[in-house]
Amino acid sequence: MTSIPRRGLLAGAGSALLGLTLAGCDQISRNPGVRATLARAEGLTMAAQRLILSRTALAREFTPADISPDFRANGSLRPAGDDYQALVAENFANWRLEIGGLVERPLSLSLADLRARPARTQITRHDCVEGWSSIGQWTGARLSALLEEAVLKPEARYIVFHCADRLDAFAEGDRGLYYESIDLIDAFHEQTILAYEMNGADLPVKHGAPLRLRVERQLGYKHAKYVMRIEAVESFAHIAGGQGGFWEDRGYEWYAGI
Amino acid sequence: MDDPINPAKRRPRHSLLVRLTHWVNVLVLLVLLGSGLQIFNAHPALYWGHASTFAEPWVAMTAEPKGQGLAGYTQVGGLTVETTGLLGLSDGERRGFPAWATLPGYRSLAEGRRWHFFFAWLFVFNGLAYLAWGLASGHFRRDLAPRRAELSPRHLWTEIRDHLALRFPHGHYNTLQKAAYLAVIFGLLPLMVVSGLGMSPGVNAAWPWTFELFGGRQSARTIHFLSAMAIVAFVLVHIAMVLASGPLRQLRAMITGGEAPPPAPGAHP
Repeated sequence: MTSIPRRGLLAGAGSALLGLTLAGCDQISRNPGVRATLARAEGLTMAAQRLILSRTALAREFTPADISPDFRANGSLRPAGDDYQALVAENFANWRLEIGGLVERPLSLSLADLRARPARTQITRHDCVEGWSSIGQWTGARLSALLEEAVLKPEARYIVFHCADRLDAFAEGDRGLYYESIDLIDAFHEQTILAYEMNGADLPVKHGAPLRLRVERQLGYKHAKYVMRIEAVESFAHIAGGQGGFWEDRGYEWYAGI
Repeated sequence: MDDPINPAKRRPRHSLLVRLTHWVNVLVLLVLLGSGLQIFNAHPALYWGHASTFAEPWVAMTAEPKGQGLAGYTQVGGLTVETTGLLGLSDGERRGFPAWATLPGYRSLAEGRRWHFFFAWLFVFNGLAYLAWGLASGHFRRDLAPRRAELSPRHLWTEIRDHLALRFPHGHYNTLQKAAYLAVIFGLLPLMVVSGLGMSPGVNAAWPWTFELFGGRQSARTIHFLSAMAIVAFVLVHIAMVLASGPLRQLRAMITGGEAPPPAPGAHP
């Protein structure tokens, strides 16, 4: 039954099959139908996390001794363009955060205004989608308080963060600009803040000055840097690539809790 | 095992559910491994603890200048070896694992993650079906739990000598085989799930034990990687054992269920 020629035949057939499989895998990976099917797991993951896990649970907070001395900066390290350089030159004195869209009372806030709003300080772990983690201390305005001040209209379902940095220089129009979006569960979470301080000092440019989102239960790319404008929307389908974020438009999950 | 009254009713060597979940697992683990290595390649370094200590990784795959070009290096603890063509640098490209080992072969963290999480769900459903059936049908108790006599040092020593001589008894699983299967089914595979969840910031917030169990998220990532390598090692030994103990008979049993029962009196041939 197990004569050597038969074994050789099996091994030959096996390696031929392997070669075909490897070549086929890339083709399968590029197939739009396959991509759409695989992407369905995201809905299951999000539903499972939202169903099973507490929606208000706080991400673990660390001690000052845990703060990473080498917190890595990723994505844009300094937005291009004269507008942003001018903001940096005057230390963001004339910068204003616009909060609009589906709100009753649109707001326009300076950094001093933001510092006067309800704040929170937290030492949390930042998890990059690439796999690394760094721990930092963040101080910022609580997003929930700002949204309560602006008063969301009943049809508002998502909060979109429009940023100053163009991360994809080759994409046309607004498609190259960084943006992000979160739903109201995360927007009103206690640890969701707009950070203007990191590790007790003004937020450095490479980490998103003057303002970056902290949404502690999701991966790093959700934590939009260089936030200029906040928009409450019913749907983000009309914004840029329509997937709810710069990286989402490039195939990453909108729900980055995993 | 067999029904002494009616031999036609005796159980197949491998029940239908064991065969089905086994082959689903083969596909699922292959996809999870390839897509997992794709994800690993986005940051081909490992750390212990909560956060990454970028200057002092525990494991790192890098490409450094050498002579006129580049060479791939793999560092494990204090040891660094050149691994050009396999790790760190392959086909002239900086990458942890080579294209043939990753899914997709080209570089795409986004697609790797899509494959990984879709098949992670399949892995969980398949595993739960197997566990539920294994408990309900008595498969674990009957086929996998070692008997008291099998655990005597004398018996184990006999089995070890038989293994070294490549003598494998047919029929029941032997004790070493049972121990290996139990360790994988109730140890390694659940560890893959828990260490995977230990990297999820969403799960971490609600269930801090998922990362605290390992001493931090970066430790969970390291354990996830090492457990995957342990599963690869298990599969290699598993295949070697099949090859050494009558591969065609073994393969047929895992597909059709095993030796057909003897024909009932008066049945057509």
